[in-house]
Amino acid sequence: MADTAVDTGRGAGNTGRRGFLRKTFLHNVPAKIAALPMMATVLVVFIGCTIWTVYYSFTNSRLLPSGDFIGFEQYERLFGTSRWNVSVWNLVTYGAMSLVFTLGFGFLLAVLMDQKIRFESAFRTIMLYPFALSFIVTGLVWQWIMNPTLGLQGTMRNLGWESFTFDWIANPRMVLFALLIAGLWQGVGFCMVLMLAGLRGVDEEIWKAARVDGIPTWRTYISVVIPMMRGVLVTAVVLIGSGIVRLYDLVVALTNGGPGISSEVPAKYVYNYMFGAGNIGQGLAAATMMLLTVLIIMVPWAYLEFGGKGRRS
Amino acid sequence: MSQTATMTGPAPDTNTKVESGPRGPRPKPFFTPQKIIIYSILVFFTLYFLFPLYVMLVTSFKTMPEIRFGNIFALPSQISFDAWVKAWTSACTGLTCEGLAPGFWNSVKITIPSTIVSIFIAAVNGYALVNWRFKGSEIFFSILIFGSFIPYQVMLYPLVMITRELGIFGTLQAVILIHTIFGMPILTLLFRNYFASLPQELFKAARVDGAGFWRIFFEIMLPMSLPIFVVALILQVTGIWNDFLFGVVFAGTQNLPMTVQLNNIVNSAQGTPEYNVNMAATVLTGLVPLIIYFVSGKLFVRGVAAGAVKG
Repeated sequence: MADTAVDTGRGAGNTGRRGFLRKTFLHNVPAKIAALPMMATVLVVFIGCTIWTVYYSFTNSRLLPSGDFIGFEQYERLFGTSRWNVSVWNLVTYGAMSLVFTLGFGFLLAVLMDQKIRFESAFRTIMLYPFALSFIVTGLVWQWIMNPTLGLQGTMRNLGWESFTFDWIANPRMVLFALLIAGLWQGVGFCMVLMLAGLRGVDEEIWKAARVDGIPTWRTYISVVIPMMRGVLVTAVVLIGSGIVRLYDLVVALTNGGPGISSEVPAKYVYNYMFGAGNIGQGLAAATMMLLTVLIIMVPWAYLEFGGKGRRS
Repeated sequence: MSQTATMTGPAPDTNTKVESGPRGPRPKPFFTPQKIIIYSILVFFTLYFLFPLYVMLVTSFKTMPEIRFGNIFALPSQISFDAWVKAWTSACTGLTCEGLAPGFWNSVKITIPSTIVSIFIAAVNGYALVNWRFKGSEIFFSILIFGSFIPYQVMLYPLVMITRELGIFGTLQAVILIHTIFGMPILTLLFRNYFASLPQELFKAARVDGAGFWRIFFEIMLPMSLPIFVVALILQVTGIWNDFLFGVVFAGTQNLPMTVQLNNIVNSAQGTPEYNVNMAATVLTGLVPLIIYFVSGKLFVRGVAAGAVKG
């Protein structure tokens, strides 16, 4: 019932596939009806909307999309805007730090959890619970903790540690680290779970062999186990990376881009120009740059994973 | 976990044959230096992960004079529920002062239909992809998976135009549609992998007996796939509840979900900020996913790890 309602709503997008559908029309009809939402999503949203955005990023659309082509002017203006350049720089800096620390801490915690420790499930429960929360919740809690007057800094000073400074949220040079602390709080547990699954997937025989050969444990991890976990590591990098590019809610809740524009990010720039400033062309050009970033991450991965020979089914 | 269980299990039987296994009969003392380091690091991270939860709860039970005293560690001298009541019923979001309650009900109204519709469509889709392949179905599926990595911002404006064209922009239907679209890749992957793991003989036997597409789905596949439905349910309820962007863009001012209302209460309210009310509101918003998380346990882990499992 529900899917037919959606189908009729987006049926217009499927007229182009008529020939294809008619060719094998008598065969397997219910499956095609069941897959219609997927086909519509792929054709209309993932392909259609993306192409639309790229196309209209070359126009001078302001309050409404318009057809006047202006070439790369939106992009020139984009990279001439300090707010955008700050956003890109922030994303690169935050992204690099976030990727390194999420993977590093995630792996460290997974290794520690894999040492046949007690209370393993309690530790895991505590490490993963932030991942269940909204970025808005995460951002607001850390905003309160990092409140310079009444939060951690004020508390430590009141307790007698007068020089204690933790004003990262109000300090343009440190605000990205404030974002990082909140981002890691939410994401490290998830990375740990992925890594732990990878570690548990390593055959116990390999550990025995390494022990018989007298190889130190840390060496076994670096030379044997990590290369064997390539699949999990690549997946983790892709998932964390695509999450970083989308970074939006956390910034809105924690700093709202401030102080000044020192913690702006591209996703926020896109949103503000599309729905706030009424300059759609700018927003679309910024969105296209985000798409390009993801493609730069995704294409090598897709090539590594699915290039060469076809996927196993 | 299961690995360690199988390892300790047969150990006594092979004792006579294997002289020195990695786990001999002599147990190591618990407090080796190595163990102390391991547990100290784990406890340090545990404190980092628990600290915000503690601060949230403690602050929400304090009164404002006590908060101004400036000790976020201190327990409330007297537990006060005033902030909770205010957060729920009368905190100001910048425009109105109705508290979080309307936002909560909006989130419920968004989450329930979005979850049902998105899971149903993805389940049928995954089933069709595994058992009723047709020309091009795998290509569509591949694009669907790759499409899930496109940033939402890229497709946001065209989707606004499409929903406006359909006359549902700014209504619940629009949010439901958007959640169905963007939930489809991960859910389809989930169901496709699950149905592919079921024995094909069942499907074939039903086909030989003359059952059709829908009959096999409802009478054979559905009853067998309860676990994966629970995983999908956890994934979708927490994901949709926690959503901010789609709510703020598509829901319209009458249907703003709880996350948006919460952000407005904390970040757009005028006057002196009431941190106890803010924290009570934050806990209230995080409560639904937290309850699901703590009740579901390992199924949640399975849900979040589902994205990492290659198809």
